[in-house]
Order: sequence, then C-alpha cells, then structure tokens
Amino acid sequence: MSTATQKTESPAPPPDGGSKSIGTLLLQGMRTNMRQYGMLVALALIIVIFQIWSDNILLRPGNVTSLVQQNGYILILAIGMMMVIIAGHIDLSVGSLVAFIGAAAGAMMIKNDMPWGLAVVLCLLIGALAGAWQGFWIAYIGIPSFIVTLAGMLAFRGGTQILLDGQSLSPFPDGFEKLSTGFIPEMGPYTQYHNPTMVLGLIVCAAVVWQEWRGRQQRASYELEVVPLGLFFVKCAAIVAAVMAFTMTLSSWHGAPYGLLVLAVLFVIFSFVMRNTVIGRHVYALGGNQPAAKLSGVRDKRVTFLVFVNMGLLSALAGLVFAARLGSATPSAGLNFELEAIAAAFIGGASASGGVGTVLGAIIGGLVLGVLNNGMSLVGIGTDYQQVIKGLVLLAAVGFDVWNKRRVGS
Amino acid sequence: MSTILELRSITKTFPGVKALSDVNLRVREGEIHALCGENGAGKSTLMKVVSGVHPHGSYDGEILFEGKSCSFKDIRASEQRGIVIIHQELALIPYLSIAENIFLGNEHAKRGLISWHETLKHADTLLKRVGLSDAPQTRIADIGVGKQQLVEIAKALSKEVKLLILDEPTAALNDEDSGKLLDLLLEFKAQGISSIIISHKLNEIRKVADSVTILRDGQSIETLTVRETPESKPEVSEDRIIRGMVGRDLDSRFPERTPYEGEDAAEVAMAIEDWTVHHPIDQQRKVVDGVSLNVRRGEIVGIAGLMGAGRTELAMSVFGRTYGRYAGGRVLRDGREVRTRTVPEAIDHGIAYVTEDRKTFGLNLEDTISRNVSLSSLAKVARRGVVNEHEESRVAERFRKTMNIKAPTVFERVGRLSGGNQQKVVLSKWIFAGPEVLILDEPTRGIDVGAKYEIYTVINDLAAQGKAVVFISSELGELLGMCDRIYTMAAGRLTGEVPRAEATQEVLMRHMTKDRGDEG
Repeated sequence: MSTATQKTESPAPPPDGGSKSIGTLLLQGMRTNMRQYGMLVALALIIVIFQIWSDNILLRPGNVTSLVQQNGYILILAIGMMMVIIAGHIDLSVGSLVAFIGAAAGAMMIKNDMPWGLAVVLCLLIGALAGAWQGFWIAYIGIPSFIVTLAGMLAFRGGTQILLDGQSLSPFPDGFEKLSTGFIPEMGPYTQYHNPTMVLGLIVCAAVVWQEWRGRQQRASYELEVVPLGLFFVKCAAIVAAVMAFTMTLSSWHGAPYGLLVLAVLFVIFSFVMRNTVIGRHVYALGGNQPAAKLSGVRDKRVTFLVFVNMGLLSALAGLVFAARLGSATPSAGLNFELEAIAAAFIGGASASGGVGTVLGAIIGGLVLGVLNNGMSLVGIGTDYQQVIKGLVLLAAVGFDVWNKRRVGS
Repeated sequence: MSTILELRSITKTFPGVKALSDVNLRVREGEIHALCGENGAGKSTLMKVVSGVHPHGSYDGEILFEGKSCSFKDIRASEQRGIVIIHQELALIPYLSIAENIFLGNEHAKRGLISWHETLKHADTLLKRVGLSDAPQTRIADIGVGKQQLVEIAKALSKEVKLLILDEPTAALNDEDSGKLLDLLLEFKAQGISSIIISHKLNEIRKVADSVTILRDGQSIETLTVRETPESKPEVSEDRIIRGMVGRDLDSRFPERTPYEGEDAAEVAMAIEDWTVHHPIDQQRKVVDGVSLNVRRGEIVGIAGLMGAGRTELAMSVFGRTYGRYAGGRVLRDGREVRTRTVPEAIDHGIAYVTEDRKTFGLNLEDTISRNVSLSSLAKVARRGVVNEHEESRVAERFRKTMNIKAPTVFERVGRLSGGNQQKVVLSKWIFAGPEVLILDEPTRGIDVGAKYEIYTVINDLAAQGKAVVFISSELGELLGMCDRIYTMAAGRLTGEVPRAEATQEVLMRHMTKDRGDEG
C-alpha cells in the first residue's frame, strides 16, 4: 500500500546517549516490528514464487488490477476487523451483513428504482445501525461479542433471504457498478501510461517522503534519536520505488480502479486514527487491559460501541463494493467473508487477547491471502487445496508469532 | 550440614537485559534460606532457573541438587527431583475443588480414570498437615487468599518435596495468616524439608530464616547467617539486610518532609460525607457504611484497616463509582459538592486513584511506558483529538528520569519491568494527570525497601506541593511514618481518627478491630 503514514518506530535514545551503527538500528527496528516485517517479507516471497510459477502472469498489469478489485472488499473488512480484534472482541456477522446490504441495495435500486447515490447513503446508514445494534448488546449489556455477532450472523443471513425471497437481483445501475469495476478516466495527451494514475502515484510518493521527512525533523526537534540520513534515504527510495512500480503497472492497463481509491482513503484515515488519535489510543488501551483503561478514564463502553458501529459501516461499504463488482444481489453473497477478514487480521499481527495490531498489518495480512488465492488459481490449484493451504498459512503465521515471542522472552 | 542446592555462577540474559550475572548460592539441607533484594534484583528469575521454568540451556552456569548436576528442561523435571516452586501469583483453578487443585497434573488415576476415594483421602491428610480444616471438596473460589496459599503448599507436599521455594508467600496475606504460614515452614524444617523464601518483609526473615542471601542488580552480594541453631536469636538486624540490598545505609526508612506553606494550607481539599456503598451482587450488604472523612491541602491522611474493612471499596466507589452500588453520600471538593459518577468526571474534579492491584487495574502490560503514562491525560499531549507522540515520549522521558524508572527507554513494554518500576509508571500516570487529590491504595505493596523509599519521597513531594493525599495501607509502620492523621475502618465503617502524635500500632489496631463481629 502506497500512502503509508506508518513509520518505522526508530529506537529511542539509549540511557546515556552514544551513537549506534546502522546495523544495530535496523535490527532494533526490525525487532520492534518483527511481525510486520516478517509478513512483509513473506508477502514478497509469495509474490515472487507465484510470479515465477505462473510464468509471469501474476504481475501482469491486467492481473494486478483484478487482484486489487478481487480483494478490495476483504481488505475493507480486514481494517474494521483489526480494530474490533484490537479492542479485544470479534465480529462473526460481517459476511452476513455484506450479503444483507447487497440485498438491501438491490431492493432499493433494482426493485424500487431509487437513485443509486441515495441508496448508497441509506445502505451505509443501515450498516452503521446494524453495528450499533450489536455494539449496544456488547458494550452496554455486556454480552460477549462472540455470542452477539453469532446471532447477527444468523439473523442478517436470514434477513438477506427474506429481502431477496431466495432469488438474485440484477442488474445494478451502471453508475453504481462503476464504483467497483470502473477506472479513473484518462486525461491529457496520449502517453504510454494512464496519466491521472501516474500523477496520483507521484503525489503519493511526494506525500510519503514529505511525511517521513517531517517526522524525522520533529523527532530531532524533540531531541529524540533519528535514523541516520543515509538509512533515511534508502528507506524513502525503497518506498518510492515500490509505489512507482505499482503505479506504472496499473497505468499500463486501465489505470487506477475506483475501488483502489476507496481503499487508499480508508487506509490513510484508519491508520491515522489508530496511530495518532486519542480514540485510537483508547481502543488499544481497552484491548490491552479493560479494567485499567476504565480506571484511567477511558469511556470503555462508548469506545466498544463505536468500534462496532464502525465495523457495521465498513461491512456496509464492503457489501456495496461486492454487490457492484458482482453486478447482482444474491442470497449467498459474503459467505465466509468474516473468516477471511479475521484470518487477515491475525496473519497481519493481531493478538487473540487484544491490544495488539496495526491497520497496515491488516492490509498486509489481507494481501497475503489475496495473492495466495489469485496465485493458486493462476497455477491451477483447485479451491479444495486452496482452502487447506490458506488454513496452514494462518496457522504458520500465528505460530511464528508465538514462537518469536517466546524466543524474545516474556 | 550438607548442601542440598548449590548454584554456580548462574548467568541469564534476556534480550537487552542481563537479569542474572554470575550468581552463586548455597542452601544447606534442612534450613530456611531467605532471598532478599530490591525489585528487579533477579530473585524471581533465579528461582525460575532453579525450578526449570527457564530451561537448561537458556542460562549459563551450573545447578547442583543433592550433589548432582541438574539440567531441568521444564518444571516437571525439577518437581521429579523434589524441587517445588510456589509462585507469587497463585496458580489455582478457582472453580475446581481443593482436592482437584492439589492433584492437578498429578491425579490419582488408573488408566485415565480418577479414583475419587483415594484423592479425597490423600487430600484430607495433606490438608491436615498444613492445618487447614476445610473439606477437600470446597471450591477454591470460596476460600480466602490465606487458605489458598495453604492449598498451594499442600499441593507441593503431595509431590514429595525436598526443597520448597516460596516467592513472596505472605505478600497478599494479613498478619494472622502470615504467622500461620511461617509457623508451617518451621514445622517443615523440623521434618527435614529445606525451603527458600523470597520476601520483602524483613521481620519475617528474621523470624524464620537460618541464612539470607542478598541479590542486587542481578548479582549475589553476600550470604549472612541469621542464626546458628534453630533456637537462637537472630544475629542480623533489619538495617544490616537493608544495607546489603540497597548498597548504602538508609538513614531512616521514611524521607524528610517539607511542610506545605501555601495560603490555602488549612483548607479541606476533599471531603466525603456519609458515603454508603452496597455490595455489587449481594445488594443487602453494606460494604461501606456511612463513612465521612476529609483531607486538607498538603496533608497526608492514612486509612488503616484489616482485609475486608472496605478501604479499597470506599476509594473505588468515590472514584467514578468503579466499585459496588452507590447508596448515598456526597463528595465535596474545595467545599463544593461535585459529581464523580464516572472516572472522567472524577478526573475532571482533580481526583486520582492509584490502584492496589497495578497489574489488573493499573497498567496495560502490553503497551509501552510512554503510552501508559499518558493514558489518563491524553488531552494534555493531544490537539483536536490527535496525539503528539513526540511530546508524549518527552513527557514520559521526564518521568523516567525524575521517578528513576529503571528501563532503557520509555518505549519498553511495561510488562517487562519489575514491580517497583511498574508502580512508578502508575504513579507517573496519575501525577501527569495533575490531580489535587490523590488516593493511593497500597502504593508500596510488593515493592522492595529501596523503591519504597523512593515512592515515599514522591508522596512527600506531592504533599509539599499542596496536593491532598489519601494513603491506604495495610502496613501500620508505613502509615505511622508517613501520615499526619490516620482514619481506621472496620467492616465498612469508620471506627477512629487518630492524629499522628497519638498514633501507635496498638492504638490503630484497637480501632481496626473494634467493630468486627457485628456483621457476623
């Protein structure tokens, strides 16, 4: 993901000053973010393996674009799920809610010819309400989230079938379907590449480098230790190279799909919220130790409630994106999406006991699953074996985490 | 006497920290050997090495048990040789019975089927040995902490223990239960069982130990002989042990106090009037019953009471009603009635509560020092809901220095700090919140002498700045040394108010036991 506001936590000053070698700095940084680096390396490895195995199909512009479109909704869910898990909860209902929202969208747009813009707003509202309903029982009544969302999983699935009467609804209005399948329109003179996408890519690069630089300056002004300039440039160069490679791949096809823009905006917002805002901090504190957070003045119930409202909202968004991509509302939509989202969060470094995880991690975890899905299909591995392999990957990722923690010592 | 356990130059490193360095220890057969040292000195780590919690290979050095070199790969291996450790935090399953807990992992079973008759009979004999009269079928959740500790010991006995290791066994016990437990150790000694006891309570060490080894900063400093024969009087003074632990002489156990001389020095900062709280489940029971008290600016006011007197319950219910069901009463700050129905409201009115149980209620152990310190006052390092992390770590760094929190950086996970340093983090958090009234609930529990002195200094400083301090403690000596006035509570009621000049341990104890029995 390109617009990373996530910075590597550079290690703090040692008690009595003294400079360290770049090697130790790198090692320290790696250790503090071991899990994320581990998964990033694993993701790169998986990409390389399937790129070779699929005879270079994996990274073809067309495939990269469909990779983004295929995984968008899971990544949206994974962001919300990560926050739920950090807060120390779980949400099993998101797959059913995705289907329910799809059905609601179908009922509004197809059956009742409602303008699709209005229908989208209404659907998001329904999602937030569904989240509020579940959040109410969890936060204020104190029923475990596992139970409440299990109930939601059944209820929303049933609601979907009632709304659709067991039938699929299609087609959605063109404008709505574009939300998921459309691309940013081409502008300007003909070049080999898609102009607006290239411009966006360059803007992202500039923003990231500026962010990094500003963070570094701020650290310096607060007399905290900063990464040596050389290493800083290497890091920036690596990010820029990755972003531009991705941009150029997209640009040599149809350009950036709208779905990618939605995802990028969500990523930036939620990374920022979880990392830099008071409410984000409260979510971590709540998952880390709920009684302690409460006694520190965190409004525990309200925070829990809001986390579930947010999950409902994001589920609705994922439901809309999915329905638009499918072009129809079907009763079986979103089957097992909750499991994919939960798996993405755990692969991306969430802790089952709460309090740990990052939005970037959720994205990386989601991409690991997505590339595996896509790659395995490309090389002709059947869905049966795909399930087995994905299960093992989840186990291995969390197993690695546990092993790593034990090695470091508790 | 022959040596039962000998440790030769044990060295154990965690990433970035050398927890133990070249530690030597010799425990004679049939003695009670005390292990002393400040928090973070490495006592618990050392005992984890001995008992196989840290397996062979994860440390350097040699363990000799009964003359033979040992390489335990886990706790089971050490237990098979007769070394049993009882950890600081009890490891009992609350909803299983005493008997089930005693034989957990060691069941009387044939081909996987438990023989209940044998289990209960054996449990009964073990319970008799530790002087516990409860039925072996009683659930652990239904007996008190003191008895739970005895169950742990019965569990150890069931394993044919030769060397019993107790990590702060009396930390959570009242005086009576502590006394019983120590007598039990002496009895075991007579039966030839050796023990190692980690304790911060120096009077206990002088009472039961034969020798004491002092650890400091991960090194074994010295071994002192407490008594030559079991009957003789202790030859080592508490001050002598303290000197070994802190590496210097402590002039006194309590630091000098500078009185607060502001204009408003005599004003009452907080008053609680007629405060009543019911038990959260049993709503007929009054846990706090019509308590009224006050604290002035620059004053340190103690609350003494035995377990179950309602001190913590009073404090927590005043602080955002975080305990029980409110049933009446008022809180006044600077003479005006204020609402403290939620924690944020209480904080807004300048009240802070430092919990007695820092691990459960005080800290997010997963998170860093920096984030723990800022948690209750994020608004101070944030603008429009966005946290300034640089400012935050600068604040934390300031506290790390002034509070002398022993950690390489403020980005260290709090879970990795020792108890005393964790307590300093909790205190930092609440000092940063900038309250006018601080309620400190057992702020020195489970903390070594050196760190206690530092915490006392912090408390005195707060009072000198004109803060009002309510100091809840079970250690009467500490209340007498620190407070201007001491309230006593018993069975939820206020039973006395004693000014410093008139207060002695005997007077306080009399008030603290006054109303007992009324409630049955």
